[in-house]
Amino acid sequence: MNKLIISGAPHVHSPQNVNKIMWGVVIALIPTLLASVYFFRFEALLTVAVAVASCLFFEWAIQKYLLKQTPTTSDGSAVITGLLLAFNLPSNLPVWMTILGSLVAIGIAKMAFGGLGKNPFNPALVARAFLLISFPVAMTSWPTIRPLFGDAVVDAMTGPTPFGFLKEGIAQGIPLSQLMQSPEIPSYANLLFGANGGSLGEVSALAILLGGIYMLWKRIITWHIPVTFIGSAFVFATILNAINPELFINPWVHLLSGGLMLGAVFMATDLVTSPMSPKGQLVFGLGCGVLTIVIRVWGSYPEGVSFAILIMNAFVPLIDRAFKPRVFGK
Amino acid sequence: MKTFKIGGVHPNEHKIKAEDQSITLDLPKQGIVFVSQHLGAPSECVVVKGDKVKVGQLLTKNENFIGANVHSPFSGTVNKIDTIYDASGYRKEAIVIDVEGDEWLENIDRSETIKREISLEKDEIIAKIKEMGIVGLGGACFPTHVKLMIPEGKTAEYLIINGVECEPYLTDDYRLMVERGEQCLVGVSILQKALGVKTAYIGIENNKPKAIEHLKKLTKSFEGIEVVALHVKYPQGAEKQLINAITGREVQSGKLPIDAGCVVCNICTAHAVYEAVQKNKPLIDRIVTVTGLHVEKVANLFVRIGTPISMLLDAVGGVPANTSKIISGGPMMGKALFSTDTAVTKGTSALLLMDESDAHRGEPTNCIRCAKCVSACPMGLEPYLLGALVENEDFERAENESVMDCIECGSCLYTCPSYRPLLDCIRVGKYTVRVLQSKRK
Repeated sequence: MNKLIISGAPHVHSPQNVNKIMWGVVIALIPTLLASVYFFRFEALLTVAVAVASCLFFEWAIQKYLLKQTPTTSDGSAVITGLLLAFNLPSNLPVWMTILGSLVAIGIAKMAFGGLGKNPFNPALVARAFLLISFPVAMTSWPTIRPLFGDAVVDAMTGPTPFGFLKEGIAQGIPLSQLMQSPEIPSYANLLFGANGGSLGEVSALAILLGGIYMLWKRIITWHIPVTFIGSAFVFATILNAINPELFINPWVHLLSGGLMLGAVFMATDLVTSPMSPKGQLVFGLGCGVLTIVIRVWGSYPEGVSFAILIMNAFVPLIDRAFKPRVFGK
Repeated sequence: MKTFKIGGVHPNEHKIKAEDQSITLDLPKQGIVFVSQHLGAPSECVVVKGDKVKVGQLLTKNENFIGANVHSPFSGTVNKIDTIYDASGYRKEAIVIDVEGDEWLENIDRSETIKREISLEKDEIIAKIKEMGIVGLGGACFPTHVKLMIPEGKTAEYLIINGVECEPYLTDDYRLMVERGEQCLVGVSILQKALGVKTAYIGIENNKPKAIEHLKKLTKSFEGIEVVALHVKYPQGAEKQLINAITGREVQSGKLPIDAGCVVCNICTAHAVYEAVQKNKPLIDRIVTVTGLHVEKVANLFVRIGTPISMLLDAVGGVPANTSKIISGGPMMGKALFSTDTAVTKGTSALLLMDESDAHRGEPTNCIRCAKCVSACPMGLEPYLLGALVENEDFERAENESVMDCIECGSCLYTCPSYRPLLDCIRVGKYTVRVLQSKRK
C-alpha cells in the first residue's frame, strides 16, 4: 500500500475535462471545414491553416515570453479560435490580414483579459470586427464558389453574398420579388448545401448543423442558445416579411445565407462568453436573433450576426445577475 | 419513472459483484468502540478499565435530546479508554475491549425467527429506539428517535424510506433489502406506528431491480408500504431530493423534511429499528461494503461495530499493491482515511479502495464558464459563482446567493471540466457565513 492520499469529497470525477470539450468543438467544426475546402478549394485551406497556425503561435509566444507562463496551447482553444476566425473571413483575404486578425483575436481579445475563460468577448468575432472596420473592401469582396467537382455557379470571380446583393437592391428601390429572380440568388437547396458565396464557414448550413448536433450529443452545448437565436431571428424576419414582402427579405433566406447558422451554432454558444443559467441563455439567444435582424435590415453593414453576438456578449454579466436558476425550496 | 426535478449527475455506477451473498465477519481479538458515534451532544463513558462486559451491555450513555447510547459489540474486558484516530483524522475517545468469547446479554433475542407483530406502543417504540442507540445508518448518524418526535404544530404525512443507494460502488443497502427484506419492512411498520403515519414509501433506484421486485412482493402483506422505483440519478439519496422525487414536494429553504410533512429514514436504519424493537438488540453491528476496482474479493460484510478496519480489508483479500486512497463511505461524499488504524463505527457504510491513478484530483485550471456546475447543482445554486465569491472573500454576497442551501453532494466538483475545487470553497463559505450569522445574533 502506498502512502494514503487525503482529499475532500468527491473522490471521483466525470470523464469530461477542458481539453476534451475544446477538441470536441474542433471535431464539430470539421464538416464545415470540409465544406469550405470543397467550395473554395486551396484558398480555404490556406486561410484556415494560416489562421490556426498563427493563433497557436501567438498564444504560445505570449504565454511563454510576455506572461512567463507554461503555454496551454494543447488545450485546443486556440485551434478553435483559429478555425472560427478563418470561417469568418473571405477565402481570398490576403494572408497578412489573416495573421493580423489572429493577433487581435489571441493577443487582445483573449490573452489581454487573462486567457481561456476570462475573455468577455468571443475572440474570433473581435478579430472579425477589427478586420471589417480596418479593411472593409477586402472583407466584403467574397470570391464566388468553385466546387471541387462540377462547374462554378456564376462566372464572376468576386461578388457580394446573396444577402449583400439583396440589400443593395432594396436600397436602390428594386422590389424583392424581382431581385429574387436574379441569377445571384441561389436556390434554397444550394443555400442549404453550401453553394452560396460568403465567408468560409458560412456556405453550408447543413455542415454547420451536423457540427451542432455533434456538440449537443457530446453535451458540449445545450439547445437553448442556438434554438432561441435561430428561432427569434426567423420569427422576427417572418413578421417583417408579412408586413411588406417587397421590402423585407424572406425569413428562409435570412436563415440559410450569411453567418446566422455559423453564429448561432458555433459563435454564440461559446461557453466563455455566453450566460450561465438556462434562462439567461434563452435571453441571450433571443437578443442575438433580434439584433441580427435589426442590423441586417436597418444597419449599414450587410451582415449583422457578429455585431449582434458581440453586443450580447457585453450584456452577459448583467444577464447572469438578472436571470438566475431557481433555488430549490425558495 | 420518478426522480428529483433540479440538477443531478450520473457517475459511473461501479456496482461491482453486487450479487454475492453478504458474509458475516469473525470477531476481532481487540475491538475499538468510539464513545460518541452520532451527530449531536457527546456521550459519556459508563465503564472503566478492567470492567467485564457482555455483548449488548451499555458502554456509553447520553441523556441529551440529540444523543445516542453506545452498547458493547463484544464480550470481554475493557483494556483501556484512550483517544484514537477516527475516520476524519481526529483523536476521539474510545473504549478498547479485549474480546473473550461471544457472550450476549440474556434479554436479547438472537433467534432467526422473524417477529412481525408489534406489541409496543408509540411512545414505547421511541423510547426503545433511543435506548438501543439507533442512529441514521446512511452515514450522517443522526439519532433516529429525534426524527420520530414530531414538534408540536407539525404533522408527519409520509414516511420515506431511503433505499436509493445513489453513491457509486456501494451495495450494502441493496444486499440488506434482498437478504433481510422482511425484517426491513417490519422496521418500516414500526416507524410508521411510532410516527402515526399511514403511508410509507420506499424509494429504490431502478438499477436494483431485484430489490424492487423482492420488496414489492413482500409489501403485499404489509399495510401502507409502497415501493417506488426511481430513475437513477445522483444525489437522489439526499433527503430533500428524495422527498422531491417521491412526493413532488419541496422542503423550503432552511426548513426540515417535517415542514413538508415527511420523515426520511434509511433502509438500514429501518432494519436496525426492527432488531431493537422486536429483538431487543442494540445497534452493535452493521453491513459494510468493501470494494474497489482492484479489490480481489469485493464483498458486503456484516461486522460488529468496533471491528478494526484492517480486518475488513484482510477479509476481501488484502489491500491491492497500488492502493493510494481508502475512503470511508461512497466516492461522492465519503471521507478519505488517513490511516487504517481505526475501527468501524455506526456510520461506516463502506470502505472504498482506489489506486494511484484514481486517487488524485485533476490540476485546477481557469473556469471556462461551461455552466455544467449550474445544471448539475440539485439545489439550483451557482457553484461557480459561490466559488469565486468565497475566493474573493465576499461572504456577504455568498450568503445572499444561498450558499447555506448547499447540501455538499459534490455534483459541482464532480462535473467541473476545469477541476476547480468548488465544493471546498463552498464549505469554507458555509463555515464562515455560519460564524458571521452567529456573531450577528
